[in-house]
Amino acid sequence: MIPVLDVRGLAFAYPDGHQALYGVDLHVHAGERVALLGPNGAGKTTLVLHLNGILSGGAGSVTVSGLPVVTDNLAEVRRRVGIVFQDPDDQLFLGTVRQDVAFGPANLGIKGAALERRVMHALDQVGMADFVDRPPHHLSFGQRRRVAVATVLAMEPEILVLDEPSSNLDPTSRRELADILRGLDVTVLMVTHDLPYALELCPRSVVLSDGVVVADRSTYDVLTDEELMAAHRLELPWGFDPRSIGSLPA
Amino acid sequence: MGAGHGHRLFFHGHSVVHRAPAHLKVLALVGFMLVVVALPRQAYVAHGAAALVLLAVIAVSRVPLRYLAPRMVIEVPFAVFAVLMPFVSHGPRTEVLGVAVSEPGLVAGAALLMKGTIGVLASLTFAATTEADDLLRGLQRLRVPDLLVQIMGFMIRYLDVVTGEMRRMVVAMRSRGCEPRSPRHWPVLARSLGALFIRSYERGERVHHAMLSRGYTGRLP
Ligand SMILES: Nc1ncnc2c1ncn2[C@@H]1O[C@H](COP(=O)(O)OP(=O)(O)OP(=O)(O)O)[C@@H](O)[C@H]1O
Ligand SMILES: [Mg+2]
Repeated sequence: MIPVLDVRGLAFAYPDGHQALYGVDLHVHAGERVALLGPNGAGKTTLVLHLNGILSGGAGSVTVSGLPVVTDNLAEVRRRVGIVFQDPDDQLFLGTVRQDVAFGPANLGIKGAALERRVMHALDQVGMADFVDRPPHHLSFGQRRRVAVATVLAMEPEILVLDEPSSNLDPTSRRELADILRGLDVTVLMVTHDLPYALELCPRSVVLSDGVVVADRSTYDVLTDEELMAAHRLELPWGFDPRSIGSLPA
Repeated sequence: MGAGHGHRLFFHGHSVVHRAPAHLKVLALVGFMLVVVALPRQAYVAHGAAALVLLAVIAVSRVPLRYLAPRMVIEVPFAVFAVLMPFVSHGPRTEVLGVAVSEPGLVAGAALLMKGTIGVLASLTFAATTEADDLLRGLQRLRVPDLLVQIMGFMIRYLDVVTGEMRRMVVAMRSRGCEPRSPRHWPVLARSLGALFIRSYERGERVHHAMLSRGYTGRLP
């Protein structure tokens, strides 16, 4: 089976010379939910920005369902890979929730009633349909995060990539977002520092550290491997014991 | 696009003026301003007529003068300049209340004050009756280049975000014993403005990434 996401030997240095990725390999198959873990500065966001060709120019390759991420394919790649950025204020830049959610599908050439259907369906999926005519900057942070997810769902991507989806959410919003993500019928790659969240949502975890993949196993195995965790600055919250929770069925 | 409901100068209402299409209002405002600017300096009656037209529009819009008046402080620097003109200008002198002043200066100052006041009041009325969103769509309809309209839209959208960021920076400075009002701390303030600029620039870059990720190709749909 062709993986939805196939990253091979990806290396990248920022223009200022800082090398952020040193040969990353990563495969994600359809229907999987994978957590991408790693300490601050590991290169997670840098990797995410390569998945739809925002960053490029280093060594290695990225392929999305068989389609190489190169300039000629960018439009299709960006339809297939939906990225939810960490700060919803970066993602919501139009006057109303409706305009913002419609932005992506409208760029795909969808118009009129079909566009409206997409918008409302995406907002329904995240439980924000009642806010369709509100300006995004008047919403709470948790609501904005959900609308940001909807803006990407409206493009009906093959894989949803989320950069730290649970950051800055209160516990209730965090759980509600987990319920939403679990209910979606889409492949997910989730960057997170929230290890219990990874265990709850993602059967498999990939650990990135200093620009290389250092582990790719079941989330349960990663979180219970104390040596690996300590070596890569990963720590469980106080009092949290994965052993008392167990592993998700892979 | 734009700030949606109620930008800072907007006065909520449902009058004819509020409901008039924004592009017509833009045209009316620009036309009105051109006429007022073009009026001969000493055509006091014509200036009075223009002011009356403006007051009539304000009355129809039901925006209280009480709401507009405090917002006219923006004119103060120009007013000060206009009042100084008779004293600093050259030319033949006349007496006003026993003080010798320059006659051309008096005429020029009075003209500046009249034209300025009418212009500011007209702009405020326009702002008070037009949503940012409608203004942008109006400009689009008037064939203003797309890129300019987009830039204005983003400016409106991110004004709150950037001023919020600045407020937080000032709070953080104050909390560490730096008072931005005192000249002693102005160098720090200048540096933090530099930081604000870089932050805004980087935010712009991130917003652009988020747009590209959703298939943006240079035209807003
Ligand atoms: N625009 C940039 N220019 C130069 N270096 C950068 C830039 N952005 C990130 N880096 C560097 O690249 C490395 C990887 O950064 P990246 O943002 O990908 O880390 P991350 O894993 O997402 O970290 P975090 O968990 O803190 O979000 C870091 O050392 C960072 O300093
Ligand atoms: Mg990051």
